[in-house]
Amino acid sequence: MIRVLLPAHLRILARVDGEIQLAVAGQVTQRSVLDALEACYPALGGTLRDHVTKQRRPFVRFFACQEDLSHEAPDAPLPDAVAAGVEPFLVVGAIAGG
Amino acid sequence: MAETLNGVRVLVGTRKGAFVLTADGKREKWDVSGPHFAGWEIYHVKASPADPNRLYASQSSGWFGQLIQRSDDGGKTWQPVGNKFVYDGVPGTHQWYDGTAHPWEFKRVWHLEPSLTDPDTVYAGVEDAALFRSTDGGQTWQELSGLRGHGTGPRWQPGAGGMCLHTILLDPQNPDRIFIAISAAGAFRTDDGGKTWRPINRGLNSPFLPEPTAEVGHCVHRIAMHRSRPNVLFMQKHWDVMRSADAGDSWQEVSGNLPTDFGFAIDVHAHEPETIYVVPITSDSLHFPPDGKLRVYRSRTGGNEWEALTRGLPQSDCYVNVLRDAMAVDSLDRCGVYFGTTGGQVYGSADAGDSWAPIVRDLPAVLSVEVQTLP
Repeated sequence: MIRVLLPAHLRILARVDGEIQLAVAGQVTQRSVLDALEACYPALGGTLRDHVTKQRRPFVRFFACQEDLSHEAPDAPLPDAVAAGVEPFLVVGAIAGG
Repeated sequence: MAETLNGVRVLVGTRKGAFVLTADGKREKWDVSGPHFAGWEIYHVKASPADPNRLYASQSSGWFGQLIQRSDDGGKTWQPVGNKFVYDGVPGTHQWYDGTAHPWEFKRVWHLEPSLTDPDTVYAGVEDAALFRSTDGGQTWQELSGLRGHGTGPRWQPGAGGMCLHTILLDPQNPDRIFIAISAAGAFRTDDGGKTWRPINRGLNSPFLPEPTAEVGHCVHRIAMHRSRPNVLFMQKHWDVMRSADAGDSWQEVSGNLPTDFGFAIDVHAHEPETIYVVPITSDSLHFPPDGKLRVYRSRTGGNEWEALTRGLPQSDCYVNVLRDAMAVDSLDRCGVYFGTTGGQVYGSADAGDSWAPIVRDLPAVLSVEVQTLP
């Protein structure tokens, strides 16, 4: 299972506490994780990436294993530790504004 | 005159959440609930006239974009509904601040206008300016693209707050007629349910335009209508308060003796179709009341002759603004008038504006105020 941690506002929106555990079929990538996340929690659609273009929203960041993966290609494999469920995939609101 | 004892529910959108203020018909003791959607910008909350328990809210954030929330129990619980606003066809371009062509990009929903008759039908006015409609309670949205595509779109440009469609007025006597307004494009009307549109800006004069009486380009801040006389419209423009007696075909200035005719909000008394309210703001560069005095101005003659309403409002050191969607009236007898400020106060008057009192003083900056008169 893939571990995903959402920022507080999106945990409230998705009505979840703490980490989410997601089953992801096939290769574990940003795209496959986000597809699974939006399928389980439809309210998150459009909040992390554009509905149509699937581009990451500008002030959303994806971190894992102490790395910023935000600018990685959506179909690039995520770190093995994320795929193995050892480390969480972190969705982070960028530090901007007040 | 006997006081009716139904209640009111004031729906307040702020920079950091929504608040619901409720009172009985006396409008003296208020219950405050919220913040709902804490931390999010709530541009607008509005109830269906056909079902008082059905509310729609526009929730947005610079981080996570646009959401629409719906309540079916008068605001006790909410559920997110559809937030997919996709322009119809190739979006095209409008003017950017520097005069260059800029592609249409969806940013947020400024205003939600539920149908007068069907709780599941609701209109959304968005930035960049367009009109969307949902007929399934907000689950899906379709653009009424005849507005954006009618021809003048490439000449529209953003006001300082963005290129927003902020006003939607549904004609209670003609279901095919809708009025909308855009900053800074002007006012438009459809007479065929939204298929085709035409600008209704004749009589507007905007010196900031190279052609001050141009067909489009005017920074209309707000339009209001009394439901018994939908051909009579009142407008607070960037500068100038205007009145139309022919459904917007022509406009006449009615600023009269106002201390300044700049402002954002305008509304009409619930029972007196020619009694209107504005909150004069110093200027386009000084977004606060003249002389630090927060004054609502009321005209009982459809404009031109105005009286200052000051009782209960701060008359010194007040430097807040009242935004375009932040004034509303209830339909009790006497008519209640409400407005919210960028300083977080919501003021109410239970006597048609003669006297005022703060309902709440310390909310986040108020973006919108609507009121429901409950049975």
